[in-house]
Amino acid sequence: MREITLSQAVNEALAEEMRRDPSVFILGEDVAEAGTPFKVLSGLVQEFGKDRVIDTPISEPGFMGLAVGAAMTGARPVVDIMFGDFLFLIMDQLCNQAAKTHYMSGGKLNVPLVVRTNLGATRRSAAQHSQSLQALVAHIPGLKVALPSSAYEAKGLLKTAIRDNNPVVIFEDKLMYQDKAPVPEEEYLIPFGQANIKREGRDITLIATSSMVQVAMKAAEALASSGISAEVIDPRTIVPLDEATLLASVKKTSRAIVIDEGHQSYGVTAEIASRLNEKAFYYLDAPVLRMGAMDVPVPFSPVLEDLTVPTPDRVAEAARRLCAGEMIHAA
Amino acid sequence: MTSMKATPEPQADRSNAERYLRMYRQMVRIRTFEEQANQLYLTARMPGLTHMYSGEEAVAVGICEALTDTDRITSTHRGHGHCVAKGAEFRSMFCELLGKAEGYCRGKGGSMHIADQSHGNLGANAIVGGSMGIATGSALRAKLFGQDDVTVCFFGDGATAQGLLYEVMNMAALWKLPVIYACENNGYSEYTKTAEIAAGSLTARAEAFGIEAFRVDGQDVLAVNELAERLVARARRGEGPFFIELETYRYHGHHVGDINRDYYRSKEEETLWKTERDPIIRMRAWLVEQGIAAEAEIEAMNAQIRKDAEDAVAYAEAAPYPDPSEVDMHVFTDVLHATRIGA
Repeated sequence: MREITLSQAVNEALAEEMRRDPSVFILGEDVAEAGTPFKVLSGLVQEFGKDRVIDTPISEPGFMGLAVGAAMTGARPVVDIMFGDFLFLIMDQLCNQAAKTHYMSGGKLNVPLVVRTNLGATRRSAAQHSQSLQALVAHIPGLKVALPSSAYEAKGLLKTAIRDNNPVVIFEDKLMYQDKAPVPEEEYLIPFGQANIKREGRDITLIATSSMVQVAMKAAEALASSGISAEVIDPRTIVPLDEATLLASVKKTSRAIVIDEGHQSYGVTAEIASRLNEKAFYYLDAPVLRMGAMDVPVPFSPVLEDLTVPTPDRVAEAARRLCAGEMIHAA
Repeated sequence: MTSMKATPEPQADRSNAERYLRMYRQMVRIRTFEEQANQLYLTARMPGLTHMYSGEEAVAVGICEALTDTDRITSTHRGHGHCVAKGAEFRSMFCELLGKAEGYCRGKGGSMHIADQSHGNLGANAIVGGSMGIATGSALRAKLFGQDDVTVCFFGDGATAQGLLYEVMNMAALWKLPVIYACENNGYSEYTKTAEIAAGSLTARAEAFGIEAFRVDGQDVLAVNELAERLVARARRGEGPFFIELETYRYHGHHVGDINRDYYRSKEEETLWKTERDPIIRMRAWLVEQGIAAEAEIEAMNAQIRKDAEDAVAYAEAAPYPDPSEVDMHVFTDVLHATRIGA
């Protein structure tokens, strides 16, 4: 199978959906000729024109609001939020308006829009261009949240997001835009709420999202050499969450670590760990561990920044200690 | 800014008699609806609070009478007037205010989120200024799809302090979107005089973006409607956006519980607006003077509206609440009960 970059996968997904459905359009800063700072959208304006690939002023709340109104009246906007950190700017439009409109109207109004944004530290971009804010939006009922972990997921999940009749926030890992993965030429979609078992194992389950899937896979390889068989699962969407697959795995392995690049406290890892405790407690041989980003703003200095995110070594070390029974009373 | 000063009362065009009567009737329907809503609050039969539109009827009616069902509006926390003026029925509205299953939003929205999709009302909004993006986005959709509908964005003077207005007016002007920003200046931003929260002129804010701005007497339904008809027609032809500042007055407090208002405005001021500038009294006198309707006909019309409202209240009070199972419905379009799966 051919291999393409995550960036190309996103571009293909948008082009295919825009060819299929004339109501799909793109709205954001420097999305047209510039193709975004990451060049993810290059070429789309040439095919679809400036009416469907719309450059906006630097007004995130404003164009997010426009997307909500366009979606409520029949269009399918794909909003480009250049850095995940800028989600804080659009919170009212996304969380008070888009997320609640279907519910507040008793099911009469729909808001079929997609917010494409990114996550991920270690790009030496400091505290306001490095955050992974998926927990923030996953907390709000009415929003679906997708976290692609490779080019394959990026394409299949984005196509599903565009066809969904609800607001969807999709986070791409900005450090993975140039990473290649096998992506079929033929059309495919990845349904929401279906986790992917990336690697089967018996002793411990590593549940990892987005950028952390690679980290978990490397940790699993390292663990294999020391005789520990780790299962790696990528939920692919955290809303909806495929609880059944996660629970089945943990009931089999009886240990789990949840890894996500958002801050550890009150985060995605906490939510998933809590559900495993509630629904698989009697199958567990050890506490479910959370591994998220350190609870500090992301520092600039590389020496400091690299300390803030989970790494394969740290995940493998935690897994060894869990399997050795050393963390029964883990703080 | 084009000022629309109080002009001598116009001569009636007899071929428009139906329209004049409908505008009067719609204003009375709004006032009557609110009298009933206020009673429901005062007698503790309505959950929560509500924000009264009484006094501002000519604004909603004058503008909405210039619109069709395919034209859209966005409304505010003070939204009963817009909802009635855009074509909503009393029964479904009272059911919504009382949290009943037959409400426009199945009781999930209430007074502050009432929406009526069937008549193009995209909904009231409890975030001040929260619907400015929605209205402008609706207009963007119309332009992208080549549709000729117009969207009116209602908001108050208080909402002009929100940054969102300037972001969306900038884009509406850049892209010539068919949206009309209708600023209901009732003189008060909640409990504070507008003069204390708004520097400079409101219309100048729109003019800075190259948007044609107008000021009109918001107590004169004929003047409001005449201006709205012109601007809606121009917006349909791609000449938008426009901005209108409507000078009006809110008879009640910020919400129904805001009873003691002496610290921010005088009773004399309220009385003056109610007796000298009331849009309904003014339109009624004009209809009679112009021979469009006799006093007796108007009395009969008012009585019928009052009866309709009372019947609708009785209907809503007797109507069933939503089944408890509806609590986690309508979170997502494609999930019947959002909390029953791993969502």
